[in-house]
Amino acid sequence: MEESAVVRPPSLKEERQEADSKTIFGFWVYIMTDCVLFASLFATYAVLHNNTVGGPGGKELFSLHYALTETLLLLTSSFTCGLAILAARARDKDKVLFWLGVTFLMGFGFLGLELHEFHSLAVSGNSWRRNGFLSAFFTLVGTHGLHITSGLIWMGTMMIRVAGSGLGRINVRRLTLLSLFWHFLDIVWIFIFTIVYLMGGAGV
Amino acid sequence: MSEVAAYRAKEGGSMRSYTVGFIISIGLTIAAYLLVTQKVLSGWGLVYAIIGLAVVQLFAQLFFFLHLGRGPNRKWNFVTLILMLIIVFIVVAGSLWIMHNLNYHMTPQQMNQYMRQQDGGI
Repeated sequence: MEESAVVRPPSLKEERQEADSKTIFGFWVYIMTDCVLFASLFATYAVLHNNTVGGPGGKELFSLHYALTETLLLLTSSFTCGLAILAARARDKDKVLFWLGVTFLMGFGFLGLELHEFHSLAVSGNSWRRNGFLSAFFTLVGTHGLHITSGLIWMGTMMIRVAGSGLGRINVRRLTLLSLFWHFLDIVWIFIFTIVYLMGGAGV
Repeated sequence: MSEVAAYRAKEGGSMRSYTVGFIISIGLTIAAYLLVTQKVLSGWGLVYAIIGLAVVQLFAQLFFFLHLGRGPNRKWNFVTLILMLIIVFIVVAGSLWIMHNLNYHMTPQQMNQYMRQQDGGI
C-alpha cells in the first residue's frame, strides 16, 4: 500500500500559535506548583493557628471590615485585569494601558493596606516572633504579599513595554500570562480571607 | 469543527463572562462576610458554610476568569489541575491528621517533659 495522505507542513502562523499555547501551558503548570507551595503554608497555618502561648488570637487581632476592603479591592483588580486582556485582544492600546493602570493602582492599594496591617501588628508587640500562630500568619499572608509585589513589578514593566512597542504578538502573550498570574493571586486570597480572617475573626 | 468545539477552542472570555464572574464573586464574598458578622451560624456549621462558599467562588473564578475548559490546552490544563488538587489534599489533610493525632496521644506532662529534654540537649 502506498502512502496517499499528504501531510501539509504547518504555516508560520500555525507554528507561532502552537508555540504560544505551549508557553501558556507551561505557565499554567508553574501556577499549579505555586498552589502546592501555598497549600503547605495553609497546612502550617491550620496546624499552628491555636498555638498563641497566651497571646491574642485571630478574634482579637483581625478586623473583618479591613479584610473585606482588601478582598473587594483585589477582586475588582482581577476584573479590571480581565478587561485589559479583552482590550489587548481587540488591539486597543489606550484601553489596555488604562485598565492595566487601574489594576496596578488597586493592587498597589491592596499591598499598602496589607503592609499597614503588618506594621500595626508588629508595633503592638504581635510580630512573627511572638508565637507559632503569628509566625504562620506572617509567612502565609507575607508570601501572598510577595507574589502581589512581583505581579505589580511585572505589570509596571508591561505597561512600559506596551506603551513603547505596542500590542504585538509577544506583548499580547505576555499580557495573557500576567492575567493568569493575577487571577491566580485573587483565588489564593479568597482562601486567605476565608480561613485566616473569617474563621479567625469568628473564633472557630 | 462543530460550533461547540469552536467556542471551546477560543481562548479567553468575553465582556459578559468577566462581568458574570465578577458579580458572582462579589456576592459570594459578601455572603461569607455576613454569615460571620451577623452570627447566623456558629461552630462547624459556620466553617463548612464559609469554606463551601470559598470553593464555589474558586470554581466560578476558574471558569469565568481563567476560562478553564477553553483554549487549545484545555485537556492538559484539567489534568495538571486535578494532579495539583490531589497533592494539595494529601498535604493539607495529611498534615492536619498527623498533628491532630500527635496532640491527641500526648498528655500535657509528656509535652512539657519532652520540651525540657529538648532544651537540655541544646
